[in-house]
Order: sequence, then C-alpha cells, then structure tokens
Amino acid sequence: MKLLTHNMLTSNIIKGVTKGFPLGIQVSKLEEKSVDFNPDFVARMIPKIDWSALKQAASDVGKGDEIPADIVPQYEQNEDFLKKAHHVLMEIEVIEGELVCPESGRKFPVSNGIPNMLLNEDEV
Amino acid sequence: MASGGRPERQAPPEIFYNEDEARKYSTNTRIIEIQSQLSERAIELLRLPDDTSCFILDIGCGSGLSGECLTDLGHYWVGLDISSAMLDVAVERETEGDLILGDMGYGMPFKPGTFDGVISISALQWLCNADKKYHHPPKRLLKFFTTLYASMARGARAVFQLYPENSSQLELITQQAMRSGFTGGLVVDYPNSTKAKKMFLCLFAGGQPQQLPKGLGTEESQTNKSQITFSDKRERMKNVRGKSLKKSRDWILEKKERRRRQGKEVRPDTKYTGRKRKAYF
Repeated sequence: MKLLTHNMLTSNIIKGVTKGFPLGIQVSKLEEKSVDFNPDFVARMIPKIDWSALKQAASDVGKGDEIPADIVPQYEQNEDFLKKAHHVLMEIEVIEGELVCPESGRKFPVSNGIPNMLLNEDEV
Repeated sequence: MASGGRPERQAPPEIFYNEDEARKYSTNTRIIEIQSQLSERAIELLRLPDDTSCFILDIGCGSGLSGECLTDLGHYWVGLDISSAMLDVAVERETEGDLILGDMGYGMPFKPGTFDGVISISALQWLCNADKKYHHPPKRLLKFFTTLYASMARGARAVFQLYPENSSQLELITQQAMRSGFTGGLVVDYPNSTKAKKMFLCLFAGGQPQQLPKGLGTEESQTNKSQITFSDKRERMKNVRGKSLKKSRDWILEKKERRRRQGKEVRPDTKYTGRKRKAYF
C-alpha cells in the first residue's frame, strides 16, 4: 500500500465512527519501489492530500525527515518539492503491518501490501 | 467464467473467486481479451480529459486486468475487491495500482472528493445477492452509492459494466443510484444482439449537466440523422406484401442490416451485393 492510498483511506465505514481519519500505521515490513516521476500528476494530487496526515504517516513508517513539514507556496514549479512528495506518496510501500482506526482503535491488517478493510457483522 | 449458469448463483464472490477461478484470469486469453475490451469501452465512456493523469477507483478490480488498461493510458488507480485470491493474482502480475481488500456493500472507505473517475467491470450485480443472513441488498446498494458519491470529485463520472439478471434488478440498482444523488443512466451497446449486448451504467456525480453517451450498434450512433429519411410510396407497398423475396438483393440487404445491428462482422454493401455470378460453360 502506497502512502498516497493511505492518505485517501478512512475507517468511517465502521458503525459509529464519523471521521475515521487519518489511520495510524504500524509497520513491520516496508519496501521502496521506483515509480516514474510524473510532476503534473503529483501537482494535481497535492490539493487533495491532507499534508499533516501525510507527514504523520511518513514519520510512522520512519521516513518523516524526507518531506517538508508544510506545502511550499507555488509548488507547481518547485521540482525539488514535487520530487520529494512523489517519493513519499508513490515509492514507499507498506507490505506488512496494521492500520489503526483513530476513533475505535479497530485494527486493519495489511498483508502482502493489501490492506484488509473487511468488517464483521456487528461493525456494519 | 464457469460453464453454465450465472456465477452469482453459485457462491458468494469471496468464495466463488477462489485460487482456481483467479488463475483463469491470468492465463485464459479469452477471459483476458473480453475483460480488456469491456474495460476499454468503460474507460471510453468515462471521457477523462486527454493528456492528464487522473486518479481512478476500480471497483471489483480482481486480477487488475481493467487497471492495466488504465495504466496504459497513463492514469493512476486504486483497486477494491472482495476476493483475496484475485488480489493475490494482481500482486503476482505486478499491476501498478494499489489494492484494497474490501466489500463494496459496506461502503467506500475513502476521503470525500478523492477520485476523478470510477470504473467497475462485471461487479455491481453481485451486490444484488444476499449472501449472508444480515445482508439486505437495497440497503447495501444505497450505502455503496452514497459513500461512492461522497468519495468522487464533483462532476466526475462512474461507469459500471454489469450483467443484471432481470429488469427488476436493474431497476433497483438505478433507483438506489438516483436516490444517492447521481444523475445519468444506462448505455446499452448492441441492444439487438443477445451475445454482443453489453450494459454500462453511466453515473455523474454532480457538476454540470452532462449528456449520456450513445451505445454502440444503435441507429443513432451509426448514422447522424438530423432529418427524417425520405420514404416513397412504392417502398411502403412492398412492405405491405411482407418480407422481400428470398435470395433477392433486398432480402440480402435486410439480412446484412440485421446482422450489423447485432454487432456482427458484415461485408460492406456494394454494387456487387446480391448479383448473380457470370455463367461460365
């Protein structure tokens, strides 16, 4: 699971959870894969991304120092910033670990890079 | 797909798509070809802006065949599926998109306004089944559509290719989609053919009112009619007498037209159509 996907995931499908964002990450296996850099796509995604959640997620997986704390103004032209964002969003993958709902504490296991968001009968 | 009967009737999706069934989706070239054709048509119906990489959700992504079409066009995608065996195949195939194991009937676990488009190939009809005691199809459909609407950007499109079992199933699906705030409707390709007929539910999440695209193989998409066609009396007289004479040029033209409507491959009409061969000897 890429951190980009993590930034979009919520746990508000659980009964009683209203926001469910951002999910905590407990990681036991991490992988870095190289993905082609597409500056236009990264620039288009920046407004959709909750930056503080991304920063938190990056530090949860031990890569907190690889991105700046805030979005820089005029990031569209700032290739250095876009490259850093691209690396954290697209290239860091959580292979094994757990996602934790911030409200109910429910844990969603991640195995083989796939988060398991299935719920039990009483949670729907 | 297994021979005989609808897969929805056989077992719940997470059980039906087991390792054996999942392997077919990576080895069987016929399945692969059909799935990619459907995906290409669905992506065409999405009408994504050219030269822009979009963020797409693929519901029921399975082994990632539809996602590969998206990757080829330069889009980024996230896939959701209920069968872990199918997702394992997708991981094996090293698809570009990110995969999530989830049940669409529980709702979409995504932040509002995330996706620029949604595609789904042959998945939606599974929601009409009650596979567990506490499943209530209308409720699950409504939950699915409302959470999906929220997770899409305004003005984004969702295209579902589906095989509804009957018209009431289709009615239920469309009704629940409209209740959730979607606009749009059904696009049917080759409506006159049993085999080539394909249904696509095109939904628009708010934004500017959009026109529904036309299905393939329908009269309107073949000829751009802006005027009523000329008809003369003799033509009507001929029809009064019933079908045209067998083996005549008219009969051949009619037959070719019928097969064209069914989406079959038909040679073009020329001045030689229906002509007798020269008598040798």
